[in-house]
Amino acid sequence: MKPAPFAYLRPRTLEEALEALAANEGAKVLAGGQSLVPLLSMRLAAPGMLVDINALPDLGAITVADDGVRVGALARHAAVLADEGARRVQPLLGKALRHVAHPTIRNRGTTVGSIVHADGAAELPAVLRLLDGWVEVASVAGRRTIPAAELFVGPLESSLRHDEIAVSATFPGLRAAEGVAFDEVARRHGDYAMCGVAALVRTEGKQVVAARAAYLSVEDVPTVVDLTAALADGVDTASLAAAGELALAHLEPVADLHASAAYRAQLVRVLTRRVVEAAHADALTRQGVAA
Amino acid sequence: MTTKLVGAKVQRVEDQRFLRGQGRYVDDIDVHAGTPTLHAAVLRSPHAHARVRDIDVEAVLDVEGVHAVWTYQDLADLSVNLADPLPLLIPHPALTHGRTQYALAKDEVNYVGEAVAFVVADDRYLAEDAVDRIRVDYEPLPPVVGIDAARAAEHLVHEDVPGNVGARLEQEVGDARAAIADAPHRLSLDLTVERSASTPLEGRGVVARWDPDIGRLQVWTSTQTSTGVRAAVAVKLGLDLGQVDVITPDVGGGFGVKINHPWPEELLVPAAARALGRTVKFTEDRREHFISAAHERGQVHHVEVGFDDDGRLLGLDVTFWHDHGAYTPYGLIVPIITSTQLLGPYKPQSYRVVFESLYTNTVMVTPYRGAGRPQGCFVMERTMDAIAAHLHKDRTEVRATNFIQPDEFPYDQGLVFQDGRELEYDSGDYPRSLEMIKRLVGWDEFEAFRAEMAAEGRRVGIGLACYVEGTGVGPYEGAHVHIETTGKVKVATGLTTQGQGHATVFAQLVADELGVPMTDVEVVTGDTRRMPYAVGTFASRSAVMSGSAVHLAAKRAKEKVLRIASDALEADVDDLEIVEGVVSVKGSPGASIDLGTVAVLSNPLRYAFDEKSRAATQFTVGDPGKPPVAEDDEPGLEGKDFYSPERSTFASGMHAVIVETDPDTAEVRILKYAVVHDCGNLINPMIVEGQIHGGIAQGVGGALYERMAYDEHGQLLNASFMDFLMPYVTEVPDTIEIDHLETPSPLNPIGVKGAGEAGVIPSAAVFAAAIEDAEAHDHPGLAITGMPISPSELFALRQAQEPLLKQHEEDA
Repeated sequence: MKPAPFAYLRPRTLEEALEALAANEGAKVLAGGQSLVPLLSMRLAAPGMLVDINALPDLGAITVADDGVRVGALARHAAVLADEGARRVQPLLGKALRHVAHPTIRNRGTTVGSIVHADGAAELPAVLRLLDGWVEVASVAGRRTIPAAELFVGPLESSLRHDEIAVSATFPGLRAAEGVAFDEVARRHGDYAMCGVAALVRTEGKQVVAARAAYLSVEDVPTVVDLTAALADGVDTASLAAAGELALAHLEPVADLHASAAYRAQLVRVLTRRVVEAAHADALTRQGVAA
Repeated sequence: MTTKLVGAKVQRVEDQRFLRGQGRYVDDIDVHAGTPTLHAAVLRSPHAHARVRDIDVEAVLDVEGVHAVWTYQDLADLSVNLADPLPLLIPHPALTHGRTQYALAKDEVNYVGEAVAFVVADDRYLAEDAVDRIRVDYEPLPPVVGIDAARAAEHLVHEDVPGNVGARLEQEVGDARAAIADAPHRLSLDLTVERSASTPLEGRGVVARWDPDIGRLQVWTSTQTSTGVRAAVAVKLGLDLGQVDVITPDVGGGFGVKINHPWPEELLVPAAARALGRTVKFTEDRREHFISAAHERGQVHHVEVGFDDDGRLLGLDVTFWHDHGAYTPYGLIVPIITSTQLLGPYKPQSYRVVFESLYTNTVMVTPYRGAGRPQGCFVMERTMDAIAAHLHKDRTEVRATNFIQPDEFPYDQGLVFQDGRELEYDSGDYPRSLEMIKRLVGWDEFEAFRAEMAAEGRRVGIGLACYVEGTGVGPYEGAHVHIETTGKVKVATGLTTQGQGHATVFAQLVADELGVPMTDVEVVTGDTRRMPYAVGTFASRSAVMSGSAVHLAAKRAKEKVLRIASDALEADVDDLEIVEGVVSVKGSPGASIDLGTVAVLSNPLRYAFDEKSRAATQFTVGDPGKPPVAEDDEPGLEGKDFYSPERSTFASGMHAVIVETDPDTAEVRILKYAVVHDCGNLINPMIVEGQIHGGIAQGVGGALYERMAYDEHGQLLNASFMDFLMPYVTEVPDTIEIDHLETPSPLNPIGVKGAGEAGVIPSAAVFAAAIEDAEAHDHPGLAITGMPISPSELFALRQAQEPLLKQHEEDA
């Protein structure tokens, strides 16, 4: 389990990093390394060059504004999770990040890295997708913004070009009358989930006016389903069950070593019920309305 | 008298070192003599079954930093014996078609991971690069994967092994089939246990150094038997035993897999050290451990049982198929243990067991903690539960009906055990164990708890399982105890240590026997330079075998201490006592001599090195009329002895677990885990409890998480810790309630029985029972017949019940 030979570059400026990527088609960006380094060690990936961005200035910032949280490319999961402002502006960040692997991995792994790694079983891509966030990417050609809806194109495949670096991800903040919740079922504590759900519910009074849920580890990419129709007449056992069935109408659960497709479908039902109910309760609590 | 250490919860002397990161494992060994150590890597077969047409190493030969590239063709030049198949360690008359692999594949590969070529380079990176450049022309052959495919024998693993059957063994006591036919009640069950593996955190590793000036080989290896490796290396490399030292440093877990030997690397690394004149190291990586070490557990059983109205076993007829993988280096040990230990604490009136040991194109099978017992226990205990359900009786009642009673020991089951000796239980008290476990887990109060939980919409279930474990198998172990002139005591025993706490328990035994403080006792294990005669650490045998040998050797040393001291103190031996390292005459504290001085006196000297040794020089001591060392004596204050028992000693125990199953997600939560354990006299209850905790952690893995997921091509799909789900600390019970019962073994001088494997034996049985019980109310027909079980699988079992339940409702 030793990587194949590769060239290693640790640039001091973003420009230098971008130039290296532009000049070497096989180059990969190294940030937290929690996904890339195991792939290298198992020789499942053998890039000719690693561009280590850990020495680049200013990329570790977590910028909190009222309308959202901008997370820099070098901000670690643990730092985002510990950031009270970030958790206040978008509570879903804290709720989801707790489920990302274990503390040691969160200490190294970066939130932006997890997003552009585009693992359909990871928490952060689903969260970004649910919140309609975006990533800002840079290349020698300049900068562009990729909305989450256009970011995740296939298993472990994002729409970034090989010469681009994601410099930040922005998670829009929670708005008035909104509530969020997250839950997942994993085989062991800290494992990738067999199914995870992030939900966002907007209410007027007790009435649900919008409900969406993002599903991770159900398909190869994070998938968002609009559940508003099922919940329009209120949130109760029957409508929550209907929401689960509505979600399944839009999803094709995959089977793997740990869960059959039928079991994943069951988890979609159960977690949809639990998470949508919790998001609804969260919305009401935030408005001081009794559930 | 000083307080007795044996029986006390003495803190482990090893832990300071381990917890501070000061353990020294094979990969930490750095013995380069002038030139840096070289590193080895192995090219492994990507096919489960293929003919090797050609191997092209051309691309590697000129790579800078590569020192050797070997295939099978090179082996005979390195040593004639190296080109033969690896040893079949434990032959058995029933193993009519035993096969072992070559150190490097000859013409055929029989599992993904089989060693094909061996590279030595400046470092492991280069060695792996070189491995990537070797081109092998394989002709794929149809693989045989799983017991069904092996039995169908549409394809053969080895073309000269008909039906893929390596062995068939039958044992019978009474006429079981006739008894079943005549029984008032009959049941049949089909049960399955899947593959798992030991998966120690430290994988295999070997370092070897050859000293050409003295023609001597030193080998460090992460093994459970240094003497075994030593003998194998000597034979295979054409060396005298006296030319080979094998040293086992700290071992980061064995759990059985490291008893198999020699691994190809254990021969190739020493061969490379000799051929290249350099120190060579091999440290396997995790993937290699998964695909090229050994697995266990995979068996399919068919049970026929006949019983009376009380649930008394009148006839038990078990047929099972054991998947032993591609080769059989460890013989039939695992299925023999399953077939005999299946009986547990029960005495069926007749018993017949037949097994077939089958070849498949998968990693070979050798013992993993429990070594066939978890499967046997699963089968017997599932049968007991089925009988109880059939008769609508309490599950513990049916068990109690079948127990061997305390006054029936020694109890001969009439079978031949894994060591070729009678399966004769030496001691135990099963009714008392049952009483204790019922109280500990709250068996009689459980229905009230179940009702309470049901009122909250929660499903709980309880399971109980009993086992008997033959421990401490022979042939022997030895020990050497040496009291130095400092008064310090050096103890050596030849078996190896993988973290069990041998340095603590053996020191406790010696300290008690010699009357010295434990801090003055130092224990060395697994170094053939210190104790060349030994067998190894497996089968829960260390406390029984080496513990007894250490006790006997200390006794011998003590005899000599007292003899010399009685001369020096001019007192009768019977009047002497040793306390805190000082021999004195009972009742007259002034007359005393410390052990160090006794050691000085034991060794007549010509030369004095210090004040102390002056006392032993020729003008100071001795009778000028007699030889300084008497004819029947020898210099030095030492004791050496061996322990070789007639047969195994049988530990026993019972586990019970309360689980909760999630009605929605089918997740299983452990609410309570209780153990009653009888390993005879306890040397150190804390260490025994640690063994139980560790065993249960592995048992939880085996019951709820771990399996080897082979696809139909023989590829192991989960060969990493990401997908092979070893439980974390978060998945094992927070607390395990343990009660000890001590029925001493009459077979050894310290009355102990083994404790190493017990924790893992009943896990599959006890979880299957508890989960089934939790499901019984909502899914009455749901039967758990295979382990492990995941939430996905439990969900599938529930789903399978749904149409039946619906039908039932409609009918009602």
